[in-house]
Amino acid sequence: MTVFYFVAFLSLFFAVMTIISKNPVHSVLYLVVTFFTFSIHYILLNAQFLAVVNFIIYMGAIMVLFLFVLMLLNMNEDSEPLKSIFVKAMGVIAGMCFIIILAASFKVLQTSPPLEIINPEIGLVGNLGKVLFKEFLLPFEISSILLLTAMVGAVLLGKKDKKKA
Amino acid sequence: MEFAFIIEKFILIIVVFVITLVIAMYSTLAERKVAGFMQDRLGPDRAGIFGILQPLCDGGKFFFKEEIIPAGAHRPLFILGPTLAIITACIGSAVIPWGQALTIGDRVVELQVADVNVGILYIFGVVALGVYGIMLGGWASNNKFSLMGAVRAASQSISYELAMGLSIIALLMVTQSLSLKEIVAQQEGFVNWNIWAQPLGFLIFLICAFAETNRVPFDLPECETELVGGYHTEYSSMKLGLYMFSEYINMFVSSALMAAIYFGGYNFPFMYDLGLSANWITIIGVFVFFIKIIAFIFFFMWIRWTLPRFRYDQLMNLGWKMLIPLALANIALTGVFIILKDKFF
Repeated sequence: MTVFYFVAFLSLFFAVMTIISKNPVHSVLYLVVTFFTFSIHYILLNAQFLAVVNFIIYMGAIMVLFLFVLMLLNMNEDSEPLKSIFVKAMGVIAGMCFIIILAASFKVLQTSPPLEIINPEIGLVGNLGKVLFKEFLLPFEISSILLLTAMVGAVLLGKKDKKKA
Repeated sequence: MEFAFIIEKFILIIVVFVITLVIAMYSTLAERKVAGFMQDRLGPDRAGIFGILQPLCDGGKFFFKEEIIPAGAHRPLFILGPTLAIITACIGSAVIPWGQALTIGDRVVELQVADVNVGILYIFGVVALGVYGIMLGGWASNNKFSLMGAVRAASQSISYELAMGLSIIALLMVTQSLSLKEIVAQQEGFVNWNIWAQPLGFLIFLICAFAETNRVPFDLPECETELVGGYHTEYSSMKLGLYMFSEYINMFVSSALMAAIYFGGYNFPFMYDLGLSANWITIIGVFVFFIKIIAFIFFFMWIRWTLPRFRYDQLMNLGWKMLIPLALANIALTGVFIILKDKFF
């Protein structure tokens, strides 16, 4: 349990650092570390496959692409557009409203009884695969079609327009 | 966790680490010797007999050189770059099974640091992390050639990771396991090696391994004719040394991985027909495994001094338009073969 609290503290700490750091590249790097702590959480829950996949896809691919774009744009504190005081005030008010709603909803909801994992081996790859391909086959396939659609859309947008060229 | 277990793993980790570093060190010498052989020269032969002390001299020189951090560089990230590169290179070898179990007295010692249930994916994760070292180093140098090198490295590694992952999927369909220990244990003898079941998959994996380790013909991130030194243009002293060293360690780890998952790892022909005791089989197996690894390292060098470098668009075309469709076809073919085998044999 102490391990959990320590790792949870780390994830919250790095998540906050992601938001408050001025340099966008630092921001992305803190986000990478945050994802790394998520992987540790998965391992603590005995979900090795999820941990490794989170590691490969989020840290190894998606964040690399984020970093890639930021490095090419070369944004820094000087190039940050200055927003008017009015916009900033709006942001503060909206954020406060969101916090109030969150607090209120937590107060209304009863805390659920602690979740008991029926099968502690559920996170291992064999069991996960069986669950995905037997019980949740339809949602699984539909989400894969969704991803494919997104990919086709991206390729289409990225293609050169033949009429103009 | 008992005390003896911790000691055992600790010793194993130290041994694997030392072997990794020694092999990486002597790969630098071997590379120059192989280059000399290919080009009909002698190669380094001044330091010690056959130049055997050359890596030590190089290492000493790297340590004592003046270290320069450019004024415009981002200092913490500039230092973090090579650190990450060497760390990610070293931790990859943790899941590779170096041999079968040794029996010492009544203790059974597994010659593998960690038998992770998803071992093969762990290596992928580590490889994916390796690109951060290059990217951070290139960006933090504040030099446009370094940045170009870093951007090339990132896009190259992401493109080839896809094809590599797809080639592994076909392999996993055959082995039915993600644990490297089990994958190697299945390939007993000679006819069970995965290379016979997955020749196309191996070819794709091999090409991707070259791309992931930034070796010729895929060494565009450090292409000296276009980018001065690529991502490590601004680096000097041991930081440059660490970048070069991490390349050789990566080469060693990927050779070990290829030998383990496609060429049987520690298995050798007729291993149970010679009437040897289990411990002797293990010891010979470890030697056989290292011979396979060294053969692969030689192959990496052979390619380096044989083929010219790709152009960048050729690299992307090969990755996206050739290797990925081939890998997908390989998955489909493997599936068909498995079903046919189940039906008729």
